[in-house]
Amino acid sequence: MKMTNNARPRIGKKQIALLAELCNALAVSGDEQEVREIVLREVKPLCQQVEVDAMGNVLATRIGSGQNKARVMIAAHMDEVGFMLTQNDGDGLYGFSIVGGIDERQLVGKAVIVGREHIPGVIGAKAIHLTTPEERKTALKLEQLRIDLGPDGSGKVRVGDRAGFATQLTEIGPSIRAKALDNRLGVANLIELLRGAPENIDLLAAFTVQEEVGLRGARVAAYHLAPQIGIAVDSTPANDLPAYDDDDGENTRYNTRLDCGPAIYLMDGATIADRRLAEWLMKTAEEEGIPYQIRQPNPGGTDAGAIHKTRSGVPSISVSVPQRYCHTAAGLIRKADWENTLRLLSAALWRLDSKILTPSEA
Amino acid sequence: MAIDLLPHLKQMLSAPGLSGYEDPIRDIVRAAWQPLCDEISVSRVGSLHALKRGDGPEPRPRVMLSAHMDAIGLMVTGIKEGFLRFTQIGGIDPRILPGQMVTVHGRKDLPGMVVLPPTHLLPPEAGSGVAALQYLLIDTGLLAEEVDKLVRVGDVVSFAQEPIELGESALAGHTLDNRVSVAAVTHCLDILSRRKHAWDVWAVASSQEETGVTGAFTSPVDIQPDFAIAIDVTFAKSTSSGDWRTFPMGEGVTLAWGPNIHPALYAAIIRTADELDIPYSREAAPSMTGTDAYAIQVVQSGIPCLLIGIPLRYMHTPVETVSLKDVRRAGRLMAEFISALPQDFMQTLEWK
Repeated sequence: MKMTNNARPRIGKKQIALLAELCNALAVSGDEQEVREIVLREVKPLCQQVEVDAMGNVLATRIGSGQNKARVMIAAHMDEVGFMLTQNDGDGLYGFSIVGGIDERQLVGKAVIVGREHIPGVIGAKAIHLTTPEERKTALKLEQLRIDLGPDGSGKVRVGDRAGFATQLTEIGPSIRAKALDNRLGVANLIELLRGAPENIDLLAAFTVQEEVGLRGARVAAYHLAPQIGIAVDSTPANDLPAYDDDDGENTRYNTRLDCGPAIYLMDGATIADRRLAEWLMKTAEEEGIPYQIRQPNPGGTDAGAIHKTRSGVPSISVSVPQRYCHTAAGLIRKADWENTLRLLSAALWRLDSKILTPSEA
Repeated sequence: MAIDLLPHLKQMLSAPGLSGYEDPIRDIVRAAWQPLCDEISVSRVGSLHALKRGDGPEPRPRVMLSAHMDAIGLMVTGIKEGFLRFTQIGGIDPRILPGQMVTVHGRKDLPGMVVLPPTHLLPPEAGSGVAALQYLLIDTGLLAEEVDKLVRVGDVVSFAQEPIELGESALAGHTLDNRVSVAAVTHCLDILSRRKHAWDVWAVASSQEETGVTGAFTSPVDIQPDFAIAIDVTFAKSTSSGDWRTFPMGEGVTLAWGPNIHPALYAAIIRTADELDIPYSREAAPSMTGTDAYAIQVVQSGIPCLLIGIPLRYMHTPVETVSLKDVRRAGRLMAEFISALPQDFMQTLEWK
């Protein structure tokens, strides 16, 4: 099937503005409402069926028009890593826990937002003047840190409120810097895919919850949607920094690299990707002239880890935008990698022939 | 019409001005002080001197108010594959750096971020524990060839955290140490502009405090004050900071007591604070204070000094926090003390 012009997605001002709205929203696992509202607003005009399920997943179905259409589930998780207030020490100071995986060393000296009203706060650290050299050799532990809302800041929040880094999305030359690019990029990509979806498939879009705390939303979403193919669209670490010692030579353990296009997964900590789907994606990229890279087989997982084990099994794969500094106050991506990820997914859907899943000897 | 301190302070906090590179902040302070004083000049090492004349008979005695305006920050030491290596200007705990937003002052200002490289790219001791400054990098988001064109070794790097209002009275941000004290001096000059005062008042926004109190060692030579008041931040009580060196935030300024302080001057200013019910704590400073007062006291034949402290949480991080109430108290205490100074005040100071 030939792609029409409007099915060749581009990243422009409109897409970046939507990504900014998505990233600047706060949606820590278990409280995805801010992002869910944006998703519902965007997908309702595009889909025949839209529902919010028992866990809070947004399940949006765009039904194609042909015969023998493949049922393709694409999952993008809405939730982000963050914090929950756990203890009120008085004087505007709150103890907190981490939701999902955040290196404690990334917390110190940061601005944060708390709750639906985004009440501003800071995570401070003891003045260097009051520390000993010995103390400075030990990383600060979560138990030593507090979110500080100011002496009169206690009235507007409660223990149990979620919090996150206060970073606002910024475009910098070829890059975009923001919090929660993992996985608002996936959410933005899935919305764009719904806009330009081909008629040869039923596109089952799952905007999932609680990925960061155990791929929990995708599991029930996949059961409900009963797809024939599962694709997780996410963001994966680009550890493409130089080694600290100039004599150390090349960094060969980068997971992915910026400027090298979408990262196709063959294996991660949760999934062995379906080989036929991997070949379909790589062939698409090569024939369409879209750069791509294979994510180095490493631990970590995506919603595909839950989807492929659902019902009697769903052939699944993941495609991610490479991102530096995942799960910190701000990640960094290249706009070109984002656009090429979207182009690859879009082109692959347009070319999808459900026969690729038929065993070759049959 | 009184000056609104919050926008004044936020404007100062948004401006760079690392030690030795104070031009941007000096321009802002000059604009704020110009209408409040009679003469303004810049010292040979970049401190701003503003004279507000008194109405006593000549020769008028002089008080110098010294608040340093320089900021701590970073300086580029190397560039590798588009990433910047850096060192520090002033005292910085490397544990606060990963994930901090910065501005790289290259051939143009570039937004950047301090990054902690992945564990496998660090030596074993830094991988899971504290990564020393030398292992951290700055990522500008630009391609390597662009970075090579725009950034040079020696370029300075400022923290970029925008000021944040916390509740009704607190403000967080970088470089509140010591721009809050500059704001307190502005507040003092503003009050004095509606008061009579016999003494000449020399307001100084001093340079290079963080790297060796250079401004404070030099400005008294130009100004020849009879005595001086240094204004700086002190430690506020907060999580994991609660010992004798810390003071409650928002409940008053501190007045330092120790060898850097002239005891009779101290007795005089606490009389003013007590009479006017301006809350303060006595801050024990058993040896050196690490402020402009430390330097000013030993300039030339020696200068009697006072030190007013504004309690601040999380000193030398990009989220330093103060209560604006304490900033106003510091300004008001200085203004009240100065406007009540008799012409012969110095002759009344006695060693007891």
